Amino acid sequence: MFYREAGQFKTSYVADSQIFPIRQDRIAVCSVLVVAFGVLPWIASEYWLTAILVPFLVFSLAALGLNLLTGYAGQLSLGTAAFMAVGAYASYNFQLRIDGMPILASFALGGASAALVGIAFGLPSLRIKGFYLAVATLAAQFFVLWALTKFPWLSNNSSSGVITAQKISVFGVDVDTPVRKYLFVLGVVTLMALVAKNLVRSHIGRAWMAVRDMDVAAEVIGIPLMRVKLLAFAVSSFYCGVAGALYAYCYLGSVEPDGFSLDLSFRILFMIIIGGVGSILGSFLGAAFILLLPILLDSTLPAIATFLHLPFTNATVSHIQLMVFGGLIVFFLIAEPHGLARLWQIAKEKLRIWPFPH
Amino acid sequence: MQFFFEILIGGLLSGVMYSLVALGFVLIFKASGVFNFAQGAMVYFAALSVVGLMEHGLPLWAAAIGAFVVMVLLSMATERFVLRKLVNQSPITLFMATIGLSFFLEGLAPLLWGNEVRPLSLGIVDEPIASILDSTGVLISSFDLAAAGIAAVLVALLALFFKATSIGRALRAVADDHQAALSLGIPLQRIWVVVWSVSGFVALVAGMLWGSRNGVQFALTMTALKALPVLILGGFTSIPGAIVGGLIIGAAEKLAEIYVPQLLQAQFGGNFGGIEGWFPYVFALLFLLVRPEGLFGERHIDRV
Repeated sequence: MFYREAGQFKTSYVADSQIFPIRQDRIAVCSVLVVAFGVLPWIASEYWLTAILVPFLVFSLAALGLNLLTGYAGQLSLGTAAFMAVGAYASYNFQLRIDGMPILASFALGGASAALVGIAFGLPSLRIKGFYLAVATLAAQFFVLWALTKFPWLSNNSSSGVITAQKISVFGVDVDTPVRKYLFVLGVVTLMALVAKNLVRSHIGRAWMAVRDMDVAAEVIGIPLMRVKLLAFAVSSFYCGVAGALYAYCYLGSVEPDGFSLDLSFRILFMIIIGGVGSILGSFLGAAFILLLPILLDSTLPAIATFLHLPFTNATVSHIQLMVFGGLIVFFLIAEPHGLARLWQIAKEKLRIWPFPH
Repeated sequence: MQFFFEILIGGLLSGVMYSLVALGFVLIFKASGVFNFAQGAMVYFAALSVVGLMEHGLPLWAAAIGAFVVMVLLSMATERFVLRKLVNQSPITLFMATIGLSFFLEGLAPLLWGNEVRPLSLGIVDEPIASILDSTGVLISSFDLAAAGIAAVLVALLALFFKATSIGRALRAVADDHQAALSLGIPLQRIWVVVWSVSGFVALVAGMLWGSRNGVQFALTMTALKALPVLILGGFTSIPGAIVGGLIIGAAEKLAEIYVPQLLQAQFGGNFGGIEGWFPYVFALLFLLVRPEGLFGERHIDRV
C-alpha cells in the first residue's frame, strides 16, 4: 500500500540506474536529509548535538568503512581503530606542518595516509584469509598505537602522544559552535555515504562481492584478486581515516593513541554486525544502536536496581553493559544475521502488501 | 653470551605459558572448526572462579575442582544457547559469536566474583634454581620450570586423547564437516560439550598458572591476544604446533624486546621499548607470507 513499486516504469537507462529507483525511497532519503540539515540544528540541544549526533555520524562513517571491507569484500578486520588513529594523526600533522593547508585537504590526505597503511597491512590478505587475516589486522592495531607513542614527531613532541586538534575553518567559516560542527560532519558523512552507495553498485562493488562470496571462483572468472582486495583495504581505510580525523577534530578535540584501542575496533565491528553486514543503511542503524544502548542502560539500570532493592555500583553497570553487548551480538548472529537493515527490509515488504496478508 | 642465554631461556619458558592458552584454541578449532576468541575470557573466568571459591573457604584443590565444574556448566550453556543454533554457519559467523561470548564472560565473571585484583598462591616457589645458577650462572625460575612440566604433561595427555580414543576420532570427524558427522550418527552436541569442557580445563590450568604469576585480574583476558600469533605460527590444528609456536614466539619476543629497541635507539634516539605488543604479530605475519599454513598446519586446497 504505502511502499508500492507498481506503476513506476523505468523508460530510460538513466532512470534505470538511479541510486534510489523507487519513488518512496527517494522521498524518504530526501526527507531524512531535510530533517538532518534543516530541522535538527534548530531544535536539538547542545547535549544532543555534541554527545549524540556528532559521534553517531563519526561512528557511522567508521562503520561504513569497515562494512565496505568486511561486509562487501569479505575481509575480516579487527584494526579499524588503528586506521582511524592514522587518519587523525596524519590530518593533525598535515595541518600543523604545512602553512595554509585547507582543512578539507588535510582530512583527505589523512584519509589517504590511512589508505596507504591499510594497503600495507592488507598485503597479507593476498596469501591468507579469514582468521589469519583478522590476526594480521590485529598487528596493524598494535603496531600503529605503539608507533604513535614512540615517535614523538607524530604528536609534535607531546610526551604522552596526546594531540589537540587545531581550530578548523571551512571556506572561511569557522567551525567552532556545536551546530557548525554538526553540519560540517553531516556534510562530509552524507557525501561519503553517497559515494559508498554508488561504489558498491558499480563494477568495483560487484567485484568485492564476488571475492567475498568465493574468491577462488572470482579469480577464475577473471577478477584481478590482488587489485580488488587491496582496493577494498584502501577505500575502507580511507573512510576509517576520515572518520578518525572527524573524531579528533569535531568530537573530542584532543585525542591520545589509547583512545583508538582494540575496544573501539570491536565496537565498530559490533556496529556492523548488529546493523547489518553488507549494507550501507546498516552501518548507520548499527552505530545508532551501539551508541544509544549504553546511554539507555546507564539511565535505566540504577532505577531498576533501586526498584528491586539490589546493591548497585558503577562497576556493576559496566559489567552488565559488557554482558548485554555480548549477549546481543550472539542473539543477532542467531536470530537475524543480516542485522537491523534486514528488519527494515522485512518491514518494507510488509508495507508493500499492507493491509492484505498476501 | 650468558645474558643472551638467560633471555632466551626466559623467553622459552614464558612461551610455555603462551602455548597453554594457544592449546585451548587449537582444541576447539580441531574439534569443531570454531575459532574461539573467548578463550582468553575463559582463562579469566576460570582463574576468577578458583579465587572466588577459595574466598568462600574452600581449599585450593576443592576450588580447582569446583572451578572445573563451573567451566563444564559454562560449556554446556555455550553449546545449548550459542553453538547449537549456529550449526553449519560460516566460520566467520561462529568467530564473531565467540567475540560476543567473550564480552559476555568478561562481564559475567566480575559480576559473580568481584573485579578487584587478587593473588593466587599455588604453593610453587618462584625463585632461581640454585644448582643451575651456581654451575652456569643462568637464572631459571623454579616456577617457570614447574609450569613447563605441567604443560608437557597436559600436552601428552591431550595428544593421546585425540589419537587413541574413539571420542578423539569423533572430534576430528566433527571438525571436518558438521553435517557429515551428524549424519554418521556422531552426537554433535555431546562432542561440543566435551571439547569445550576440555578446553575449559586447559583454560583453568592456564588461568591458575598465569594468575599465580601476575595476580588474578582482568588483564588475563589479554592472554588470548598473546596466543594468536602462536597459533598462526604453529598452525591452527596442531597441538605440537601450539607448543613449538609458543616456544618460538616466546623466545623471539623476549630477544626482540631487548635487542630491537637498542638498534632503533642507535638509529633514531629516544626510547623504543614495548615492542612486545606487536612484534609477535609481525613476526608471525612475515612467516605466513612464506608458509601460509603455519609450521604444522594442514595444507588446504581450494576447489571451485
